Amino acid sequence: MSSQTLQTGTGKHSGSTTDTPATPKPRRVRRLPAAGTVGRYAALAVAAALTLGPVLWTLSTSLRTPSESFNLPPSFLPINPDFTAYQEVFKQINVGLLVLNSALVTGLIAFGQMASATLAGYAFARLDFRGKNAIFSLVLATMMVPVQVTIVPVFMLIRGMGLSDTLLALILPAIPTAFGTFLMRQYFLGLPNDFAEAAALDGAGPWRIFRSVYVPLAVPGMAIVGILAFNFHWNEFFRPLILTISEQNFTLPLGLVTLQGNLGTGSISVVLAGVILSMLPALVVFIFGQRTLREGLTAGASK
Amino acid sequence: MTTTSTVPRQTVKPPAVHRSFVERWLARIFLAPTVLGMALFTFLPIIASLVLAFFRWDIISAPQFVGLDNFAVLAQDPTVRVSFLNTIVFVVVAVILQLGIALGLASMLQARMPSWLRVFLRSTFFFPLVLSAASVSIFMRYMFNEQFGVVNWLLSLVGIPAVPWLTSPTASAAVVVLVYVWQNFGFSFLLFLGALTNIPKELHEAANLDGATGWKQFSNVTLPLISPTVLVASVMAIISALQVFDQPYVLTNGGPGDSTRTAVMVIFESAFQQLEFGKASAIGLVLTVLILAVTALQFRLSRRFVFYQ
Repeated sequence: MSSQTLQTGTGKHSGSTTDTPATPKPRRVRRLPAAGTVGRYAALAVAAALTLGPVLWTLSTSLRTPSESFNLPPSFLPINPDFTAYQEVFKQINVGLLVLNSALVTGLIAFGQMASATLAGYAFARLDFRGKNAIFSLVLATMMVPVQVTIVPVFMLIRGMGLSDTLLALILPAIPTAFGTFLMRQYFLGLPNDFAEAAALDGAGPWRIFRSVYVPLAVPGMAIVGILAFNFHWNEFFRPLILTISEQNFTLPLGLVTLQGNLGTGSISVVLAGVILSMLPALVVFIFGQRTLREGLTAGASK
Repeated sequence: MTTTSTVPRQTVKPPAVHRSFVERWLARIFLAPTVLGMALFTFLPIIASLVLAFFRWDIISAPQFVGLDNFAVLAQDPTVRVSFLNTIVFVVVAVILQLGIALGLASMLQARMPSWLRVFLRSTFFFPLVLSAASVSIFMRYMFNEQFGVVNWLLSLVGIPAVPWLTSPTASAAVVVLVYVWQNFGFSFLLFLGALTNIPKELHEAANLDGATGWKQFSNVTLPLISPTVLVASVMAIISALQVFDQPYVLTNGGPGDSTRTAVMVIFESAFQQLEFGKASAIGLVLTVLILAVTALQFRLSRRFVFYQ
């Protein structure tokens, strides 16, 4: 509204001063945004529809009866939502066990990463010891090693440790985290030194300073590490595919692929109900931890 | 009170030697879980991989030294060769699409719009990142089904005949790219969004006054200013695309033929299906070298092309 009045104002102005080089300018300002705005909103609407569409289609199809699930055109709004597909998922695969496995693996990795990254990050940021920079470089270098390169030896190592086909095989190797350590180091470097000096003057030793002064202050940083670990390992597929063998040790993504395999193309709605079920925890984390997750993901890029 | 108390306190404070001794040990204890864990689960495996790459070993019989044979396989074995070619084509196409879409959407979000809409769009584009690649690939597989898939149905509405998405070599490669980009463009989008938001408004206003609008302003003002982010985003996108596995594994299992088989899929198959651990290690090492090369390139390019403020 206000921009419109402004534009007509400039239009009148340019009309009174005929054929000055200033005339084309207001025209361009007037036209481009209008065409641009429509195009922009159209592009954004298409992009949003393409992003959300598949998820909404998955949800709506999971709410149809198995026999209706193939129907075309697909009804995006199920008039009579039908939950038999969800009941069927629970019959086909042991959802409870898969969720428990996933929760156990993801929870322990997240907790382990938060603890180990906080300790190591603090050491790199605030403690003095020989070889600090060299060790830190080595830790960072592991970020560049793809998991596929180490997976064969890790698989053998796990066998050697007698942990084959256990949940620990998934948990232990995932706890040392270069990225988490880096994040916590940055976090501790960002905290002021004054607290430590004040505490030292009061006679607190290095452990007390860490435990009572810096750990409470580091909780937001730890949350970033935890949420990132949760998001990554809840969705992890490659390592569980290799390191677990029996179905009782499967995590959710593996269970879903098995569900798909069991049924072939028998019923889409059952498989999609499973997919929706597996998304729920990620959705909860997304809703409540969106900001933290965003900060964590982008923190790695702006070293 | 205060003057008397500060003096004894300073003498109470442990001498520097003692302090650093305590700190050293505390540091060792603090680092132990991370450093020992990495030594065991990353460094030892890397060394083992380096050694294994020169052996033929199926776990059952004794390892047999074969020199560079496992690397020669990379050039001779058609499946391995094709998989590397596929991976490189995949990386080029997927990364260009991912960055293009992300940059386009991020710059569109810079325009004036209600803040609820901006928040909604930002969350929407970022949402696929929190889903698992396996479950995304599962539902996309149904959507791209030739007979009953919703994609072909939508295409039929505009008169396009059914595309055999998952059974033709070219179409299935395209599906793998599309599904991967669908899930991952949000990451580059977040990086670009942050970079664009950080550009001082005055710079665009100044450019406007100089008559630079639209594309001119974007290429001459915006792009140079966000070039560090473009570089980081492209390198991160390349590194993660080089490791693509979940999508082709669930969507097509590498097929039809070898058309969607990627380097990581061949590592997985050589090791855990054909029990050729040496070959798997050799392929893994070549992939690592590729990743290191990309990272090294990043450092070189950043010196030459990136404009830092």
